[in-house]
Amino acid sequence: MKFAVKALSSGKARAGVVHLGSCPSSIETPCLLLSTRKGLPIFISPDLLSSLPSPDSNLLQFSPLHLEGASSTLVSSGREVSKRCVNIGQEARWGDTTPNFDSSEGPSPKTISSIGGLHQMVGLHEYGFAAVARDSIQCLPECGSTNKTGASFETPCGRRLIKPVEYMEMITSMKPNLWATLADEVPAWANNKRNKTSVDRTVKWLDECIARSPAGGAVFGSIVGGSNIEERKRCAQEVAVRNVSGYWIGGFGLGESMEERPSLLNAVTDNLPKDWPRMICGLGLPEEVLQGVAAGVDLFDSAYIYHLTIGGFALTFPLDRTEKIDYNYQLSDQGSDRTKINLRATVYRKDATPIVEDCCCYTCQNHTKAYINHLLNVHEMLAQILLEIHNTHHYLGFFRSIREAIKEGCFEQFQKKFVQSRREHLAADVVSV
Amino acid sequence: MALRFEVLGRFNRARAAQLTLPHFACQTPLFMPVGTQGTIKGLTTDQLEEIGCQIILGNTYHLALRPTSELIDELGGLHKFMNWPRALLTDSGGFQMVSLLHLADITEKGVTFQSPVDGKPMLLTPEESIQIQNRIGADIIMALDDVVRTTITGPRIEEAMYRTLRWVDRCIAAHKRPHEQNLFGIVQGGLDPVLRDICVRGLVDRNLPGYAIGGLAGGEDKDSFWRVVAQCTAALPEDKPRYVMGVGYPLDIVVCSALGADMYDCVYPTRTARFGTALVPEGVLKLKHNAMVNDTRPIDPTCACMVCKNYTRAYIHCLVTKDAMGSQLLSYHNLYYMLQLSRNLHSSIVEGRFPECYIIPDSNLCASRNSNVVRFLWQFPKGDVPEWVCNAMDVAGIDISSCCSS
Repeated sequence: MKFAVKALSSGKARAGVVHLGSCPSSIETPCLLLSTRKGLPIFISPDLLSSLPSPDSNLLQFSPLHLEGASSTLVSSGREVSKRCVNIGQEARWGDTTPNFDSSEGPSPKTISSIGGLHQMVGLHEYGFAAVARDSIQCLPECGSTNKTGASFETPCGRRLIKPVEYMEMITSMKPNLWATLADEVPAWANNKRNKTSVDRTVKWLDECIARSPAGGAVFGSIVGGSNIEERKRCAQEVAVRNVSGYWIGGFGLGESMEERPSLLNAVTDNLPKDWPRMICGLGLPEEVLQGVAAGVDLFDSAYIYHLTIGGFALTFPLDRTEKIDYNYQLSDQGSDRTKINLRATVYRKDATPIVEDCCCYTCQNHTKAYINHLLNVHEMLAQILLEIHNTHHYLGFFRSIREAIKEGCFEQFQKKFVQSRREHLAADVVSV
Repeated sequence: MALRFEVLGRFNRARAAQLTLPHFACQTPLFMPVGTQGTIKGLTTDQLEEIGCQIILGNTYHLALRPTSELIDELGGLHKFMNWPRALLTDSGGFQMVSLLHLADITEKGVTFQSPVDGKPMLLTPEESIQIQNRIGADIIMALDDVVRTTITGPRIEEAMYRTLRWVDRCIAAHKRPHEQNLFGIVQGGLDPVLRDICVRGLVDRNLPGYAIGGLAGGEDKDSFWRVVAQCTAALPEDKPRYVMGVGYPLDIVVCSALGADMYDCVYPTRTARFGTALVPEGVLKLKHNAMVNDTRPIDPTCACMVCKNYTRAYIHCLVTKDAMGSQLLSYHNLYYMLQLSRNLHSSIVEGRFPECYIIPDSNLCASRNSNVVRFLWQFPKGDVPEWVCNAMDVAGIDISSCCSS
């Protein structure tokens, strides 16, 4: 993997380029890592993936835990799976109290190796994979059960404890382009003692992971520290002196407020060398992404697209950065807020226009709001497929405008204007009611 | 009449033809995936075109409920609504009504039932069925028939058969778009050859663009099933398409094609995909089975579809029944399999090699000509071909004795 910073805006935002062996083209940063489940997008089948803009859409995030089988320990039995969204088929089930006790979620590491690794297994040879244990959609860090032997996650198959040895076994067999070391992430409200332990543990596991690092594949050192500025700084400094190719910033999106986040992010990035890429988990919303970019982060995952998609929402916020922003959307009081529309709303029953008029994604080029409204009403999987395509396409466009703003040296204004315009809509809607 | 049917090749009773419909020129024998609610579950129209789907079936009952035929009409018809450029067929709505609604009642007027939306009593008449189908706009529409399960005996079957003929006249009268939509009549009569014969004659007299053989694929024994198909195909006109409704399994399609049928529809390939079962030349492959966990072979090494070219059984195993993607990939493969089966049927009949290539496994002829040919008798490696298949092939004039151990 190669990374280079190409442009800086005022402040710490930077535009860069990352090159991965398997991808024919370089990918510009800041960029979005598409969420996957077991290596493939949740709804977009591999042949439709190529309809998304390339090479923007060529970087995929993947959690080895999706495929882990008998190698990890099933911790809980009969305990209620935490109330997260468990996506089975096209319906989301909340508070599912009957965890699936399949001991095998996927092929064994040996089998995956014999197939040739992750790229081979999922048939996406020209894509880049970033492996991170945490996946903000379905593999959520569960710090209560994490202990000195391993990190605990809530997954659709129950709570799983992963030890560094097991994690590295999976990484070695899967051969992702880049991977984050195993981390102990704590939520923002963790007490100081627990937080300090998480930093010590994360650094220790980093060293253990590096020791078992396979040849090929770039190591991203994991940095935690919760909502404590000093711990964040300490962890960053420790990791900065390790022999890694990039940094994975964990522990965000776990309860910290929008207001306290920038200083925590800066505490990390201020202590990292500028020339290595920084990846982060848990900053999903556009405003949160902008905070990350402002602090100098380069690679982002996002659960935003997934949650929009299963909710029946389609992104519509303008990507046009010109002064005059066109707000010709039908103001609907049924969940549409001029940044996204709720396609279940009856107002779209006969709307024969695409989601966004000049959007060139597969969905907008081929289908109407009326059709998607119908698909949602009759619970057809095609609805989620079409929405994931559009939402991904739109969000990739958002990242493109971020990059353009940085290259033009006006990222700070871009961020300010974007945040302001979204707040203005909400204020206007409240007043107009 | 809004279709042309041209036979391009024959083998005894089997025929390969071009069926030219307003939206698409299809090749028969053909298989129609069922797109119940205006979509094939989990596949885009692009993907359907990619795998060679020529015509899709839409369920009138479901579409009339949601989003309603009036809305579809207002938005330009189902083709436009779904953005499907090729052909469509809608059924009459009668079957769902009878099979889904246990309180349905059939009278001379039509099918009375309780609306699933608000419980109000409703009536689906032949006229109403045709009006709904006119609004939906499919290339082929089906007459409302009085469907009776083949497992029932007694005077009800005769009553249903005559009523079907009377309803066909009402359907013809109500049909407002005969130059854009082809109204097919459906042959009823249960398992009684006399009744079936009367029905066939009655429908042929009405000179419809095409004919369906209905009332089968509902639990009758296979020996009765093939005999009804054989009788009907022998009596229906040569120069019009013959559609066996609700069929079905690959084996059934091959046998019915040998007997002279042209069109088929079934939910089986997509439904079984959602339960983790793949269609393969040897029969079925249950991907959910623990044996698949580390199996690095493709689902079907002879299949050229995207799924078999890229994925192992092991990977599909970890997806099926747990992730939407599993359903999608298996549905894709299963439909590709059925469509490839139809393509092979068509080309092997046209090229004069229907019996060798189709029926007899391990023939050197086959190996060199077409590695994708489905050798359906591979399902019976021990030569235990069911008797009904042997009997049917006998009538079809195809010698499969080399494959039967008995």
